[in-house]
Amino acid sequence: MTKPFMFEKPLGMRDTLPVLYETKVSARNKMSDEIKKWGYQFIETPALEYYETIGEASAILDQQLFKLLDSQGHTLVLRPEMTAPIARVAASKLLKQQIPLRLAYSANVYRAQQREGGRPAEFEQIGIECIGNKSISADAEMIALLADALKAAGLQEFKVSIGHIGFLQEFFLSILGTEERASILRKFLYEKNYVGYREHVKSLPLSSIDKQRLIEFTSLRGSEGTMEKALGLVENNKGQDSLAELKELSAQLKEFDVEQYVSFDLTLVSHMSYYTGTLFEVYAGQVGSPIGNGGRYDNLLEKFGWNASATGFAIRVDRLAEALGEPIQPVAPECILFSPERRLEAIGFARRKRSEGKLVTIQDITVVQNVDAFTRTFSEVHLFVGNGGSGKDE
Amino acid sequence: MNNSFLTIAMPKGRIFEEAAELLRRAGFRLPPEFDDSRKLILEVEEENLRFILAKPMDVVTYVEHGVADIGIAGKDVMLEEERDVYELLDLKISACYLAVAGLPGTKISDIAPKIASKYPNVASSYFREQGEQVEIIKLNGSIELAPLIGLAERIVDIVSTGRTLKENGLVEYAKIANVTSRLVANPVSYRIKEARITEIVERLAEIIE
Repeated sequence: MTKPFMFEKPLGMRDTLPVLYETKVSARNKMSDEIKKWGYQFIETPALEYYETIGEASAILDQQLFKLLDSQGHTLVLRPEMTAPIARVAASKLLKQQIPLRLAYSANVYRAQQREGGRPAEFEQIGIECIGNKSISADAEMIALLADALKAAGLQEFKVSIGHIGFLQEFFLSILGTEERASILRKFLYEKNYVGYREHVKSLPLSSIDKQRLIEFTSLRGSEGTMEKALGLVENNKGQDSLAELKELSAQLKEFDVEQYVSFDLTLVSHMSYYTGTLFEVYAGQVGSPIGNGGRYDNLLEKFGWNASATGFAIRVDRLAEALGEPIQPVAPECILFSPERRLEAIGFARRKRSEGKLVTIQDITVVQNVDAFTRTFSEVHLFVGNGGSGKDE
Repeated sequence: MNNSFLTIAMPKGRIFEEAAELLRRAGFRLPPEFDDSRKLILEVEEENLRFILAKPMDVVTYVEHGVADIGIAGKDVMLEEERDVYELLDLKISACYLAVAGLPGTKISDIAPKIASKYPNVASSYFREQGEQVEIIKLNGSIELAPLIGLAERIVDIVSTGRTLKENGLVEYAKIANVTSRLVANPVSYRIKEARITEIVERLAEIIE
C-alpha cells in the first residue's frame, strides 16, 4: 500500500470547517431545544460497542459496520446508529426507574461505504426514543415533535411519509399464505423494484382478483384517499387493525396541527428491519435522500432482556443543514493588535470587551508579517501600539 | 405540486432515439434540436422539464444522487450498479439480454477461469450462483476481443441480435437476464413530486401496454 498523502482521509470521512460547523451547530441547537421542551432528556453512549450486542441488534448491514478488535480479542463496532445503544441503556438501567421513558441523543454514527464519494461514512444524528409506550399517541408524538423540531430549525418545507409495516405484512400473508412468499414481495418493495414486483405477482399461482389486489397495493400512496383504497383491499382483521391504527394516528396528527406535513404511503419499507408498526421517512426539497426516518420497534428491547414497545426517530444533521440551504457565517471577532510594551493595557481592554459578550482576538503585532492580510477577516481592529495614550480604533 | 419542475436523465447513444420517440408518443413536446444537439442540458420550458444527457451507465447515478428526478436506464446498468432508485416502469424499448459467451466447443478450466466483462458485478454474482469460482477482468468495450486473443475464457456482455458474437466466431453459452430500458426515479423526488411523476408513469404506461 502506498503511504497516504497528509491531506487524505479514509473513504467517507470528512472535515467540518467553520461555516458548515456553525450551520450544523445552529440546526442541532434549535432542534435539541425543541426536543427538551417536550420533556426528553439527552444522553450519550460510547462510540465503541460490542459486535455481539449492538452489532447484532442493529439493523445496519454487516458489511457497513466498522469492526475492530480490543486487546482481549473481542470484536467491537463503531456504533452504526443510536437506537440499539439506547435500547441497551434503557433495558439495563433506566427502565427500572421510569416507564414510559423519553430519551434523546445527538451523536455521530458510523457506516462504512465502499462505493464512492458523496456519501459520508461518519455523520451526526439527532433523535429521540420513547420506550415502554405502545399507544398510538406515542407514534403521533414522534411525528408532531419531529415536525416542530424541524420547523424550529428553520426548515420551511418538508414531507413525512408514513407507512405501516404490520399492515404490509398482514396484507401479504393473507393473500400469499406463507412468510417465505411474503418476504420475496417485501424484498422487491425494499429494493424499490416495482417492475420486478409486478412481474413476480403475474407469475404467482393466484386468482386474478388476488393478483389485482397485489398490483393495486403499489398505488396505496399519495396525498388523498390512500386509507380508503387500503380498506377496500384488506379482508382479514389484522390488516384492518393496522389501518385503524393509522386512522387514529391521522386524527391525532390533526390535533397536533401537523397534518399538512404528512402523507400516507403503505408501500414504505425501511432498511431498518426492526420496525414492527408505523414507520416514516422525512424528505426535504433539494436533498436527494431522506433527511430522517423513524418508526415503532416493539421487539428490539427484547434482545436486551426487557419486553417493552418503543418508537423513535433520527434526523441526519448533515442533510438537514443541506436542506436549510442558508450557510451560517461564523461571527467575526474583533482584533486587538498590541506591541509588547502595551500588553497589559491590551489584556485589560480585551477582558472588558469579552465581559460585554464580544469575541476578541489578541495578537502581538511584532510577529505579524503582513498586518493587512492578517486583519482582513476581523470585524474591527484595535491598535495598542507605540507610546500613545489610550487604544485607538483603526 | 402537479406542475413542479422536473429533471429527466436521458441515456446518450443507442437507447436515446427510442427513448425520445417514446416520450413524443406519450405526448411530450420535445424540441426538434433534441435529437442532434451536442448540448448536455436541454430545457423545455412549456413542459416545465429539463433533460440532461448522460452516458447510459451514469443515468442511475444522477438519479440516485437526486440531481435528476427521473431517468431512463437499461436494466443491465441497474443490475450492475445496484443504485438506490425506484424502478417504476418497464419501457420495453432497447430489448437485449445479458449472456455468457466464448469460443465454440470450449470448456472453462477448473482452476480460476478468467471472465472478461463490462459488468463485473453481474458476472461475479452470476458465476457465484452457479457455484463456480472465477476471476473477473473488467473491460470497457470490445469485450469479444478477450476470448479471441486469450485474455479470458468467457465473456459476459449484452447481446441484441447476436451478430457481433457470430462475426467474431463466438457462441452463447448461457443467458443471464433479459434487458430493457426502465423508468427510474429518485426516492425523494418520487415522494415530493409524486403527482407529476405518477402522471408521467401513467402516460407512458398507456402507450406501452
